[in-house]
Amino acid sequence: MSPTQGAEDPHADSVLEVDDLHTWFELRQWGFLRIGSVRAVDGVSFSLRRGEAVAFVGESGCGKSSLARTLLGLHRPTHGDVIFEGQSLSGLSGSELKAYRARVGYVQQDPFGALPPFMDIGRILAEPLIVNGVRSRAEREQRIRAVLAEVRLSPADDIMAKFPHMLSGGQQQRVVIARALLLEPALIIADEPVSMLDASVRVEILDLLRRIQHERNLTLAFITHDLSTVRHFASRIFVMYAGRVIEQAEVEDLLDHPQHPYTRALLAALADPDAANAGRQREVPGGEPPSLMQPPAGCRFHPRCPQAMAGLCEVDDPPHFEPRRKHYSACWLHR
Amino acid sequence: MSADTLLEVEDLHLHYQTRAGVLRAVDGASFSVRRNEALVILGESGCGKSSLAKAILRLLPRNVHHFSGRVAVDGEDTGGWSEERVRREIRWRRVSLVMQAAMNALNPVVRVGEQVAEPLRVHRGWSRAQADARAREVFALVGISTDFLQRYPFELSGGMRQRAVLAMALITEPDLVIMDEPTSALDVLTQASIMNVLKRIKAELGTSFILITHDVATSSELADRVALMYAGRMVEVADARTFFDDPAHPYARLLMASVPRLHATERPQHIPGEPPSLIDPPGGCRFAERCPQRFSRCGEDPPAFEPERRHSVSCWLHGPGRQAGRTR
Repeated sequence: MSPTQGAEDPHADSVLEVDDLHTWFELRQWGFLRIGSVRAVDGVSFSLRRGEAVAFVGESGCGKSSLARTLLGLHRPTHGDVIFEGQSLSGLSGSELKAYRARVGYVQQDPFGALPPFMDIGRILAEPLIVNGVRSRAEREQRIRAVLAEVRLSPADDIMAKFPHMLSGGQQQRVVIARALLLEPALIIADEPVSMLDASVRVEILDLLRRIQHERNLTLAFITHDLSTVRHFASRIFVMYAGRVIEQAEVEDLLDHPQHPYTRALLAALADPDAANAGRQREVPGGEPPSLMQPPAGCRFHPRCPQAMAGLCEVDDPPHFEPRRKHYSACWLHR
Repeated sequence: MSADTLLEVEDLHLHYQTRAGVLRAVDGASFSVRRNEALVILGESGCGKSSLAKAILRLLPRNVHHFSGRVAVDGEDTGGWSEERVRREIRWRRVSLVMQAAMNALNPVVRVGEQVAEPLRVHRGWSRAQADARAREVFALVGISTDFLQRYPFELSGGMRQRAVLAMALITEPDLVIMDEPTSALDVLTQASIMNVLKRIKAELGTSFILITHDVATSSELADRVALMYAGRMVEVADARTFFDDPAHPYARLLMASVPRLHATERPQHIPGEPPSLIDPPGGCRFAERCPQRFSRCGEDPPAFEPERRHSVSCWLHGPGRQAGRTR
């Protein structure tokens, strides 16, 4: 399915809707004195369609992993709502939440850390099936074999008898992906799925995720800091900064026509391999991302923005403008 | 050897004794670094690039099984030197090393300024006032406000700590700074600003660099020359222009094709297979198993051929009479 199909009606066939989501973490001193909150996710809204691959891009501390964990039901939103296949997460009971988690697969950043070292792969993959009530050993084995074939790990008997440390990084990540697929999810959240892997293996894992996403018509949300990998592996990008989405567009349009000054700075700091790079100083905005305990007023990028407009950017929060068709940017430059 | 050669490494081998057998971490590496030149040692994890850095400075762990090869600094072969002499005359004086994740190894209870000035006090016997004044200069050089001299490491961001570690490496004015993955844990913008600092230092002070990394795009930010390692061996050493535009070794070509690019529409391609184990590696070319261009000769170890001056390729395709095998 092409990523643009169904785009006319944003709610047609939507799998996940996120509405004004806030995830704050309370900070306490001595265990009871409230001294403030870290606003990790601070007002994020979007909707994901069935069968599309999107990427959330941002630097460390921008809230992208907190967003992922909130979507997985691991953090309770402070404010706002997550609606999955028409049902709000906020009212779910414990057992309903368990059923929800079965529908959402999670691929972690560090495959070795994600796999218990003392279990063989067969046991690791049986676990989610046992927890979710697949009683028959034969059925479990059959489902595990099917999913191992899907992630191209063979021979299945060998792999199932091995422990995580006996596999290469790429193979470990395939096991993590297999585990995420076992319970037939509708949505997969992959948090930096390849950042711990070598360059030559990265593409292989991304290709695998993309192929499975196509074959199963899954929704795939990549969380990444690496803009250079998104072009071939996602159709829409959300750029995050300081707890918010500041720009969103289709991949090609965003990479070729970035609108927000922060996105432009990110792209200017990245290079394709070229011997000429060594002779150039890159333009980098000064300063560092703000504290999420006391984010700056107005636009959160204004203290670092080369195009900040006095009297406006530090006062008013910019809404999302649409400077190009279906390309949104939260910056007063587009007003 | 040319007069401006600063470091020369010839046929370096470093093998470790492990429980599973002898691990050949570095198994034949030769290269040289000139004054004011930046050499990037590029390779994927487990190829031996970090072991190589430590071997140059003879920072060897206890389980070394075999160490051989020639390491010459300024034309002086350090091979016969005692470890103590290498420590006194080379480390911190002529060559500094910034180890991987060094920014997380700062002492948490000592002020940053004091740690940065420490090499001068310990290795040169400078007074505190002298060393502090010099620490201010290097802080300015690497772009940290001198207010930070009085801070503790936890008060600094990752980027600032990385700059502080770099300041520490530069404070003794070494001729060569070796850095192992200096930016791989940092964010894109921080990475770019650290690379800016390195470029400026190289231009202003004439320092030479060895940058060890697995990241092809980062490597092109500083490299004058690139040495590519695979499974303990150096498979190609070339100037940056040649390496990034038209590498010769089949592994180099496939590696370049596997890099996702921001502004290219071709899909990156992965390299099927995995590197061999460094315990009992196969004889012959170590890439042969994954190489689409392998032929009968690849069962023998390829020597380093030189298709051009200062360009060496360890691949039989580039042996005498086989140059035609290279396709543009």
